[in-house]
Amino acid sequence: MSRKKFLIPLFLFLGLVIFLALGLRKDPREIPSPLIDKAAPAFELPTLRGAERFSPKDFAGKVWMFNVWATWCVACRDEHPILVAFAQRTGVPIVGLSYKEIQAQDEEKGPLTFEEKLSLARKRSEVWLKRHGDPYQLSVFDLDGRVGIDYGVYGVPETYVIDAKGVIRYKHVGAMTAELLANEVMPLIQSLTPTS
Amino acid sequence: MNWFRWRDAWFFQSMVLVLLLLSSALAWSLEAQPLAEDPVVEARLVDIAQELRCLVCQNESLASSRAELAEDLRREVRGLIRKGNTDQEIKDFLVSRYGDFVLYRPQVKPLTWGLWFGPAIALLGGLWFLMGHIKQRAKLAPVSTHLSAQEQERLKKILKD
Repeated sequence: MSRKKFLIPLFLFLGLVIFLALGLRKDPREIPSPLIDKAAPAFELPTLRGAERFSPKDFAGKVWMFNVWATWCVACRDEHPILVAFAQRTGVPIVGLSYKEIQAQDEEKGPLTFEEKLSLARKRSEVWLKRHGDPYQLSVFDLDGRVGIDYGVYGVPETYVIDAKGVIRYKHVGAMTAELLANEVMPLIQSLTPTS
Repeated sequence: MNWFRWRDAWFFQSMVLVLLLLSSALAWSLEAQPLAEDPVVEARLVDIAQELRCLVCQNESLASSRAELAEDLRREVRGLIRKGNTDQEIKDFLVSRYGDFVLYRPQVKPLTWGLWFGPAIALLGGLWFLMGHIKQRAKLAPVSTHLSAQEQERLKKILKD
């Protein structure tokens, strides 16, 4: 027994290697959200079309997806066709949150009023959604990023699944992929949808 | 006389130059002042933000980051300070949205016990192991330095060669 003692450092080393290897495989940008299983923060924001405003409680009783995007966001371009196809195929309602569409460079010639910002953001988003397809049942505008902060947004695009009771059940940071939608999001939505 | 006048002119010119430089330095220092209206709020903001991580560039604090999200979060924190929230309430505001990850100094709770006490436990464990090892070594019979008759013979042979 005591002869095997020299193997102890080797096992300690192997343990350390496994530990570090696991650490390397994790994506440091993926931060577990504390909002999972919490009520979706309330807000009321102007929509893309028309004068009415949208609030999460308007969708009470529905399982829906909340997708944070912007026309300046490059990764959004990658995920967009996937979302368009997903919305067409499954009919799951997706609400788009246009996050800080108006950037600092838009105000180089002088500050814009809220109305000017909103109309510029609407115009730009309309053009963008016409070109790339519109997966959203509704689009809302978070011009100053306050709603984004309430939802813990730190890297656009981000996608949430909110259940019929208005509770956040899932969050993904970064571009949505077809695999994630098929393997994680859709099964979750199906399990959340009450069978009638 | 002429020479004196030249020197005066030179002196005068250099004084003007120095004054110009000084005034431009003054202008710069005016421009470099913080834009904040309230230095008390700003000082507390820096205090709090140094303890918080910027989520976009994760190795920077919220106080030093120039990322846009960091600017927005500083704006929120400023607002909370003006509203009279305590430091703890402000940190809780951010933790409830972005998780424990935003805190550079993690809270002490069961999940982080390993993080807080692990190093001390590892150190104590190492000391305990070392003490045991030393005691064990001390118990062993000292190695004899005397050579047996047989070995003496062998040594002689080797030395002869």
